[in-house]
Amino acid sequence: MSANNADDVRDRYWAKTRNLTIVVLALWAFFALVIPAMVSTLNQFTFLGFPFGYYMIAQGSLIAFVVIIWVQNWRQDAIDDEFGFGEEE
Amino acid sequence: MAVLEQLGVGADTIGILFVAFTIAIYALIGWLSRTMEVDAYYVAGRQVPAVYNGMATAADWMSGASFVALAGGVYFGGYGYMAFIVGWTGGYVLVNSLMAPYLRKFGCYTVPDFIGTRYGGNLARLCAVIVLVVASFTYVTAQINATGTIAARALHIPFSYGVWFGLLGILLCSMLGGMRAVTWTQVAQYIVLIIAYLVPVIWMSNAQGFGIIPHFTYGEAASTMAQLEAQYGLNPPAEAIAGLSVLTTPHTGPVGDYAEWKFITLALCMMCGTASLPHILMRYFTTPTVRSARKSVAWSLLFIFLLYFTAPALATLTKLQLLDPNLPTAIIGKPFEEVASLAWIQNWASVGFLAIADQNGDGILQLNEFFMRPDIVVLATPEIAGLPYVISGLVAAGGMAAAMSTADGLLLAIANALSHDLYYKIIDPKADTAIRLIVARVLLVGIGALGALIASLQLTGILGAVAWAFCFACSGLFFPLALGVWWKRANRAGAVAGMAAGFTAGSLYLYYVYTGGTPWFGIDHLRFGIVGMAVSLVSMVVVTLLTPAPDEEIQRMVEETRVPTGPAILSAKH
Repeated sequence: MSANNADDVRDRYWAKTRNLTIVVLALWAFFALVIPAMVSTLNQFTFLGFPFGYYMIAQGSLIAFVVIIWVQNWRQDAIDDEFGFGEEE
Repeated sequence: MAVLEQLGVGADTIGILFVAFTIAIYALIGWLSRTMEVDAYYVAGRQVPAVYNGMATAADWMSGASFVALAGGVYFGGYGYMAFIVGWTGGYVLVNSLMAPYLRKFGCYTVPDFIGTRYGGNLARLCAVIVLVVASFTYVTAQINATGTIAARALHIPFSYGVWFGLLGILLCSMLGGMRAVTWTQVAQYIVLIIAYLVPVIWMSNAQGFGIIPHFTYGEAASTMAQLEAQYGLNPPAEAIAGLSVLTTPHTGPVGDYAEWKFITLALCMMCGTASLPHILMRYFTTPTVRSARKSVAWSLLFIFLLYFTAPALATLTKLQLLDPNLPTAIIGKPFEEVASLAWIQNWASVGFLAIADQNGDGILQLNEFFMRPDIVVLATPEIAGLPYVISGLVAAGGMAAAMSTADGLLLAIANALSHDLYYKIIDPKADTAIRLIVARVLLVGIGALGALIASLQLTGILGAVAWAFCFACSGLFFPLALGVWWKRANRAGAVAGMAAGFTAGSLYLYYVYTGGTPWFGIDHLRFGIVGMAVSLVSMVVVTLLTPAPDEEIQRMVEETRVPTGPAILSAKH
């Protein structure tokens, strides 16, 4: 494999990794920044007996963060493997 | 222990046994993991499996502030304080996507190691060391403060001795085995602290009829709270008592000027602080591969989440125990004499952590006549809810575990930065291994002692000091670390400017607000990191663009960092 080819693989790998990261950060911003900004509106609804805005801050966003990280790692592992950068555990 | 209580062993003895027994276990683990190897001392030989590293990080992370002070903050501060909860979990998304895998690939021992190598030059390294030491030291005094508070209450010794006792336990865990010992004691400490946090909540929830897993069912309690608040009225006390608080903030929604903005800025400072605090980042240097570094971030957040999503439940249920007239433990609205004769009121009042005063003279305890130090809510909850004393002992041991584990990690981060980056890399690059490790240990003891000395002066509360530490860290380090990976063009001059200007601006703003200046747009002393970060970003970008791009070799290095496979940038024995 020529040096150019290796560079090309790396560029495409990095482009995909970067796009995944941007999606993750957008989701993060929604749960960490947008939800707290509209909590009063959300509090008018009820969810499991909670005021909904309060629920999102106390639990909903937290659950979202956990899910975001696990899904991100699953996708990132797939990208690593696709370009042959996957590691043996 | 429960058996001992049945046998009639005194409550105090149980408390002492609990705390002493758990500390003995940590010390034993520390002794068994002693080491004289550089790799084992600094990064636990890079052999820690992801799940255990996740647990160790969780213990490292959940400090005395999370365990002891957070639920109390939510209890008194209401909705606004939940920004800590969102911030301290959401930050891990930033750690996972921006920092941990890339720093692991880099193969550094410490955070300044990354800054020093990526940007080159001792000045950049030195700036990073300074920010790191200030942030971590602020944090560690809060932890030693927490160990002192718990030791004082559980062992019945004065606070000023309790502090030194706590320090002794902390050093036993970290001194001999460095990172390797700390890793395994932290795993044990996580298990102790999470059990200690969950048991009282589950117990209360059962007693109040919310089932054994309260998290999804306490919604009604949160709604009832709003009615009870309206019924009793959220009024400031007629006469304030210094150091103690009454409940004046509503439980479920934002109030006041800039309420939403304040919430978001505080959460943002905590999140970026998470992603720049060295004692957390260096935990991910201990995994065998880049992939397992990512995996252990995911485990960390899961373990941390267990505590944080319990904290609002604990605050709500404890508040309900005191307020809801349908529960036998309620005290608000009860005759004053009756409340004053309760054992737990007397116990905590005798140490000055709680007070009741019939200020309107009607013989009934009103909501604004019940004063309490926010820091004790978690510790006092078992007694408030009438649980057996053995649970109080468990909670004390858990709080001790939380504070000790974080203090371990922080002391190690400071001592490692000073011994590796300042002494070995800057002052004496020819020092041999034995000397380096001895220097690291001497520093560990010295810094610990200094921390205990400052903690014994009791300058600030626990939660406040912790918020400051996060703000210092994100002011100085967040952008230089993140842009070091994500912006190839970032150069030395820019990074130095970002660290120096951000850190200085943040500190000056803290000084300005703390000495009575009017906060800009509600950015008070808890969230000064917003100012620091803004200045840091602008100065780093502007200075970088005004100076030449980094050379070919550095750019190559950044590209290498972005790929998980291949050799680490820094060799194993650097």
